[in-house]
Amino acid sequence: MKHVYGWLLLTPAAILLIAFTHYPAAATLLDSFFSTGTVVRPSRFVGVGNYAALADDPIFWQVLRNNAWFALGTIPTAIAIALVMALWVNDRLPARALVRMAYFTPTILPMIAVANIWLFFYTPQIGLIDQFRALFGAASHNWLGDPTTVLGATMVMVVWKEAGFFMIFYLAALQSMPPELEEAAKVEGASRWYYFRRVTFPLLMPTTLFVLVNATINSFKLVDHLFILTKGGPDNASSLLLYYIYQVAFSFFETAYAATLTVVLLAMLAVLALLQFLLIERRVHYR
Amino acid sequence: MKWLSALLLAGLCALGSPARAATELTFYYPIAVGGPLTKVIDGYAREFEKTRPDIKVNPIYAGNYDDARIKALAALKAGQSAPLSVLFSIDIYELMEQDAIVAWDDIATTAEDKAWLKSFYPALMMNGTYKGKVYGIPFQRSTIVLYWNKEAFREAGLDPDKPPANWTEMAQMASRLVKRDAAGNVTRWGVMVPSTGYPYWMFQAFARQNGQDLMNRDGNATNYAHPDVIAALQYWRDLGVKHKVMPEGTVEWGTLRQAFLEGKTAMMWHTTGNLTAVKDSAKFPFGVAMLPASKQRGSPTGGGNFYVFKKTTPAERKAALEFVKFMTQPERAADWSMATGYVAIRPDAYATPKLKQYAAEFPPAVVARDQFEYATPELSTFQTGRVRKLLDDAIQATLTGQKQPAEALKAAQDEADRLLKPYR
Repeated sequence: MKHVYGWLLLTPAAILLIAFTHYPAAATLLDSFFSTGTVVRPSRFVGVGNYAALADDPIFWQVLRNNAWFALGTIPTAIAIALVMALWVNDRLPARALVRMAYFTPTILPMIAVANIWLFFYTPQIGLIDQFRALFGAASHNWLGDPTTVLGATMVMVVWKEAGFFMIFYLAALQSMPPELEEAAKVEGASRWYYFRRVTFPLLMPTTLFVLVNATINSFKLVDHLFILTKGGPDNASSLLLYYIYQVAFSFFETAYAATLTVVLLAMLAVLALLQFLLIERRVHYR
Repeated sequence: MKWLSALLLAGLCALGSPARAATELTFYYPIAVGGPLTKVIDGYAREFEKTRPDIKVNPIYAGNYDDARIKALAALKAGQSAPLSVLFSIDIYELMEQDAIVAWDDIATTAEDKAWLKSFYPALMMNGTYKGKVYGIPFQRSTIVLYWNKEAFREAGLDPDKPPANWTEMAQMASRLVKRDAAGNVTRWGVMVPSTGYPYWMFQAFARQNGQDLMNRDGNATNYAHPDVIAALQYWRDLGVKHKVMPEGTVEWGTLRQAFLEGKTAMMWHTTGNLTAVKDSAKFPFGVAMLPASKQRGSPTGGGNFYVFKKTTPAERKAALEFVKFMTQPERAADWSMATGYVAIRPDAYATPKLKQYAAEFPPAVVARDQFEYATPELSTFQTGRVRKLLDDAIQATLTGQKQPAEALKAAQDEADRLLKPYR
């Protein structure tokens, strides 16, 4: 009787999880072994055919490369900036609440709105960035129209948007740190940098791990800005894996191939999360 | 308590079955330009209900063209499609392949209805016709036109009332219009053609002007690698690299109108759908002209058509026909054109007093119509999303200097051939 009760308590959550997480994931895996069906040509089993097509698809490799650069460019920068901002607003400085709010503001804005604003920042000649550069006599640059700068331009925007969010976690961790530690360090004559390196930063490791996992997932998950800023262009120079999946699914209507790409994305994220937990957990300092 | 729920139930039943409206007609429509257009559409629906109390119309705004197509196809898969939709005119092959739509010829059977099917500009019917049957009735349709800043022309010593008529003139005039500051940085460009968002659409204009269409009428072959098509892309690239009258790299579709309004470019190619917006905010006199010619003039059409879906009852199809006939009446077409800048879809709309008067006060309103003579259908094939993207990528790779036009277009053509072979 007791475990019937237990199962009943679990049921609502289980139904939601199965219906919206596990079933779609399993169905996606299954779909990736079939061809895309239309009314005229029904779907049929193609084995690993879709995966072979994927290996031959130059755009897939390009978006994967873009995504790797995007992750490398955004994750460490966003985390570093978040940490610096958190240390800064944790101190007793005038108008602290105001500064904290200012840092957090980008996070509460919807990405679509942010992208629309940045689109005009980046616009050649009339954009904020070019007008600022013009003060120093620099020539106007086509930030989003040049394949060498477009990915970097989207990364800057994403770092700006993300850093404030991660700052909140660091700030919470800093506030829960006992003040005795700092006093003890001062008595021992430790410099501020030494104290940060040997005490604060190690104590923040659990937060760093958490933020790192989130940032990694976000770097694969955040593509809203592409709809507004570049549509993946020019010539796929700023396209990311998830945006490509969207294009394949809803603009090309190749649902089976989109399922294949999704499986690859899921597998990659699973491996990354596993690696992070296994490798970094050893070095995380728990109190 | 029982009587209360009984009362509620009875009330709900009464709500669910209104006395008169026999047929309910739900339709999806997208909006791709600015302005409070949902109100306009709702207004038309209410007006229609006054003339036909037996039909109830529910217009549902469905986002942009992509969203609308996704919603319509998702509803179709769920087995409850709306009987009628306005969708992108180039979605026709996708809808055919899903076996989703029926031909208007099969519904419009009376002599009067047949005459109605022939009342539109032929240029607008090309995207909606497949193997001799009409599947799409034009509704919100546009073409590309050239906007020019008369003040900039005057300043550069050009005749402000004479836009470029051909490619050579456009390059020459544009190079006189380029303005630089003391450090040699460009403060005003000669001309801008947007190359994000819908690069294939702009490129169709270049190709058509150079005498080529990019696909066949059956939607199963493309013509990306013809020497004249390659030359057209070379010209587009040369505007930036050789003539130096357009920024190198891609030009953003979304911010181009603002750049024109701020005088950062003296000319731009853009959709007529922007006409009303430019008219409302330009602080300088501007003109609107047909696109310049190379071997001939040319511009693709664009925009949305009415489609009627297959999973419908005969009564719904009849109701859809009545409603679409109402929406395409000359007066309504004229009204819609003035509210948006879209072209009025039939010649007799331009003969209505209100549109005549509007055109007399604001001549740019009829430029798009005059250009129909040189129009070509918008790029649309089977596998249209992918085939179109091949071209988009080739154009952007060329404009950003990563590939040569011939190399980029030949690769796109080979890949398109591979995709379209099963449909021949």
